[in-house]
Amino acid sequence: MNARVAVGLLPAVPLLLGLLGLALPPGDGGPRRVAAALGITGAALALIDAIVLLAVVTSRGEPLAASTRWVSFGDLEITLGFSAGAAAFYVALAVCAVALCVQVYSVTYLHDDPRYAPYAAQVSLFTGAMLLVVTSGDLIGLLIGWEVMGACSYLLIGHDRRLPEAPAAAVKAFLVTRVGDVGFLLGIAVLIADAGTSRISDVLAHDYSSGTLTAALLLLLAGVAGKSAQFPLHTWLPDAMAGPTPISALIHAATMVAAGVYVVFRTFPLFQRSPAALAVLAVMASITILLGALSATAQDDLKRVLAWSTVSQIGYMTGALAVGSPAAALFHLLTHAAFKALLFLAAGAVIHTVGTNHLSRMGGLREHMPVTFWSFVVGLGALAGVPPLAGFWSKENVLTAAAHATDGGEPVPVWAAWLVWVSALLAVGVTAWYATRLLLRAFFGPSRQHGPDGPDWEIGFDDARYHVPAVPHDPPGLMRWPIMLLAIPAALLGLAAFAPGFRHALELEDPHLGVAILLPLLLLAAGAGTAWWLWWAVPGVDPVLALGRAGPLFASGFHLDHIQSLLVVRPVKALARLATAADEHVVDATVEGTGKATRGLGGLFADAHRVALPGAAVLVLFGALILSVVAWLGALS
Amino acid sequence: MNYDYLLTGPTWTTASVLLLALLVVPALGAAVVAVLPARRDRQARIVATGFAAVTFVLSLVPFFAGERGQGWVAFGGPRDTAPLTPWVNLDLPWVPALGLRFHLGIDGISYPLVVLTGLLTLLCCAYTVRKVPKDGGPGRTLSALLLILEVGVLGTFLSLDLILFFVFFEVVLLPMYAVIAGWGGSERRAAARKFVLYTLFGSVLLLLGVVLVVTKAGTGNLIALTGAPGLTRTTQYVVFALLAVAFAVKAPLWPLHTWLPDAHTEAPTVGSVILAGVLLKMGTYGLIRVGVGVAPLGAEWAAPALGILAVIAILAGSLICLRQRELKRLIAYSSVGHMGFVLLGIATLTITGLQAALLGNVAHGLITGLLFFLAGTIKDRAGTGSLDQLSGLRETAPRLAGLFGFAAIASLGLPGLAGFWGEAFAVVAAVRRGGPFWLTLAILGAVGGALTAAYFLRLLRRLTHGPTTPTVHALRSSTAAVEWFAWTPLILLTLAVGVIPALVLAETALPLTTLLGGHP
Repeated sequence: MNARVAVGLLPAVPLLLGLLGLALPPGDGGPRRVAAALGITGAALALIDAIVLLAVVTSRGEPLAASTRWVSFGDLEITLGFSAGAAAFYVALAVCAVALCVQVYSVTYLHDDPRYAPYAAQVSLFTGAMLLVVTSGDLIGLLIGWEVMGACSYLLIGHDRRLPEAPAAAVKAFLVTRVGDVGFLLGIAVLIADAGTSRISDVLAHDYSSGTLTAALLLLLAGVAGKSAQFPLHTWLPDAMAGPTPISALIHAATMVAAGVYVVFRTFPLFQRSPAALAVLAVMASITILLGALSATAQDDLKRVLAWSTVSQIGYMTGALAVGSPAAALFHLLTHAAFKALLFLAAGAVIHTVGTNHLSRMGGLREHMPVTFWSFVVGLGALAGVPPLAGFWSKENVLTAAAHATDGGEPVPVWAAWLVWVSALLAVGVTAWYATRLLLRAFFGPSRQHGPDGPDWEIGFDDARYHVPAVPHDPPGLMRWPIMLLAIPAALLGLAAFAPGFRHALELEDPHLGVAILLPLLLLAAGAGTAWWLWWAVPGVDPVLALGRAGPLFASGFHLDHIQSLLVVRPVKALARLATAADEHVVDATVEGTGKATRGLGGLFADAHRVALPGAAVLVLFGALILSVVAWLGALS
Repeated sequence: MNYDYLLTGPTWTTASVLLLALLVVPALGAAVVAVLPARRDRQARIVATGFAAVTFVLSLVPFFAGERGQGWVAFGGPRDTAPLTPWVNLDLPWVPALGLRFHLGIDGISYPLVVLTGLLTLLCCAYTVRKVPKDGGPGRTLSALLLILEVGVLGTFLSLDLILFFVFFEVVLLPMYAVIAGWGGSERRAAARKFVLYTLFGSVLLLLGVVLVVTKAGTGNLIALTGAPGLTRTTQYVVFALLAVAFAVKAPLWPLHTWLPDAHTEAPTVGSVILAGVLLKMGTYGLIRVGVGVAPLGAEWAAPALGILAVIAILAGSLICLRQRELKRLIAYSSVGHMGFVLLGIATLTITGLQAALLGNVAHGLITGLLFFLAGTIKDRAGTGSLDQLSGLRETAPRLAGLFGFAAIASLGLPGLAGFWGEAFAVVAAVRRGGPFWLTLAILGAVGGALTAAYFLRLLRRLTHGPTTPTVHALRSSTAAVEWFAWTPLILLTLAVGVIPALVLAETALPLTTLLGGHP
């Protein structure tokens, strides 16, 4: 098969099968088997395609690119095409692998969901849209994938009909990202308008003035902050946990949040020319890293811990980009995709069996769920950066790049590099702390399942109806296998840094284990040790209590939701009230008033024609008088 | 019309018969349907659908029959660009004593709108076969009125003579009044009156503008007038001001929009579809073809004001939508915002912007047409359009909720669907104009895009998500065949235009270059 066709099919197959799936009867008791088959087929075909393409592009040693004219707006030419090198296909591979795991896992996880057909179809569309972002050779094509993903995330987060917070969370996810996309669209508009084309290779080669470029890139960054959940547009991600757990895995691991990082990676040659944009990115990343990590420490909801950890980890990726190392960012993106997908799917297994998300209702699961337990150990270890798990290597790369940039010589200002390096280092300790807390609270100690109040809030169709078994157990095969398969890359992907082919594709530097790794390892040990000590010293008490009054602050994500509501939501609502009132009481009232005035005037004249006889006689005489005066004057002249 | 004229017409070819047929067939249909007896009501509606179907097929033909992209006639006059070259042209004397000519033509600008009109009329006629609004007049009269409307709208899009353009523009008014007043909701009389008086006010200005052009230039021929070789600067300013207000009422542009929500809310489903899908387009089409074409200097002079008003329309429309509690009223106000994007595109006076406007026009016709069809169905079945009483639609009618979600997401401008191109490239065109003024407009327009998402998501959250209300619980979820027939083409075209925008834009570059006097 022609390689060009194969690249085209990579996003097209899941997109088309997704559209087909949407045409299936959506209601209660729709055709589950057909829907599941369509979803799994789409993801599997895309995965095979990605593997083949990766082999092709590796053997060729150059990116695959082709494009054709799509449409012209005036003299702006929009092309339909792709351009993707080996790095892009590694990302595509991760996307397809995670999507396949999610499709298979969902069959069991949502086994009694009556609306499975649209669910599976939307997952397919989501996958296809991300693959479009990854392979597109044109900014408009990229924008299409970018926004379709936003719409799919909206639909999937709002999927659960029993969860009262799901619709609100879905709307929030779409709206917050859409606010960022105002900037994204404008940024793309500026880039296109100046370059006269939307083909990425031409845009990258175009010579922008530095002011235009910085403006365009800052606008793009707004979109990136929205999609990749970076401060200050990260607020949607923790709430998005209202979606079914496999969807969280999809959003966090491979698709939505990775897209922003990928787009900066793709347009990195432009960013390199704008130190200001890089500095902004660095500040954003530093804040996000610490904000996410600290907020993760105090969550009681298992999924929210993981959500905040994603915010923090994506911060590592944008930080790596800011300090001029797109390779480290992409490497961390790939390892993160593996261990975060693993963590979410394993979390789904826990929720599936205990019927709650709350850590305060778990405990003692280790003996009953060995597979899930070990998956968590691998996943959390990778997240915290325990050697030799995947996260250790990629995080090490990010830290090295940041430390390197503090010496100067990179486009990013030195102070910004320091900021990224320090916050990334500190976050290593915090990450170790909350990862340890999560593991201990969920899997060790006595079970707290039968508390006085029973399970708090329950998630998923499955769990709401689920009869909690006397003894928790590992999930059935279709859920267990994806978890076990994902554990392999989560553990070993970091070692790929030693493979020359992989390193070459990402343009990654050689791994060097010097004294520099001691500092993060010390912080890691300190964080994990503190958490363990707090847990061990006072049995049965959440280590988070040791944080004191900072606990609630962290738990609420530094009240940023509240601030966002105060600064954006309420003013917009007030404006809407004002606009509506103005429309009714000024604009429309003028129109109605004109009509009424005309009628009134007409009535006045009509009345004047209906006066009583004496009055009328006087009026007639008066008129006659005027006429005769006029006639007289006329006769005179 | 004298038969001899027909035979001796200068460009009398098969293709030009087609143009005449486009107007004669629906007119004939309306006449036939109107004289059919009352007991044959249903058959009459089927006959009307037949005539609409023939018209639709005819409306597709010019693309294949015409001579596209070839120089057709060389008009003299001081111009530096090629004149407009319609694919098909029909030029007959009409009232020779007054110098009026029956001049029709079709080109890349009007063709998509002609097809859209043919399609939507067909869908509405078919819909009326099964669904006649309760407590209204007889169904066949509604069908006949739809066909008369079609004559007026097609005539407007096809006219290449200013006076003829005005006549057709006015033909539309009374049938639409009758549709709203005869088959509308409870407040239909007031809404219909407001609609007709408001648009009549616009028509007076249009007449003034048209007469001014014809007297000053000595011709009503749009081909000769385009590029305005014969009009002085002052005349152009006056003409554009008159025409712009007239078309702004129709489009509608803020703050001349307040007839629209009432008319839409009260009109029957097919009335809303035609009103939003086709009638509003006459305003924007007129602004491009006549306003920009005949008075380019006037357009340049007024462009900043037009741009500001367009952006206000986008923002005000979206903000007002955030507060609406009635389904159809919300969609009506959303039209104000969407047409704001179209007008922003026009105001940039660049080919990019005008192409975005044309695409936005067609996309709005498809998507809002679909939205009104779906909203009409929901309102019919639930018996109310109040958003307070409608919730949890996806529980009882998942397919209907899904389709409504699709239409709403298309309407908020999701890339890959039809609505995206027009709005995004109106913004791109404004950015391309450059300078702080247009950049500000672009930014505000893009913010309006986010607000559009906000109100549609609010709508979906109320309507489809959430717990089921009793009204929705009792709602019938099955879909009739005729409803599928009306919806499917719109759904497919929304997707198709989204993926292949060239469907609409392919042939527009050349005529638009001429309109703008050769400047890109």
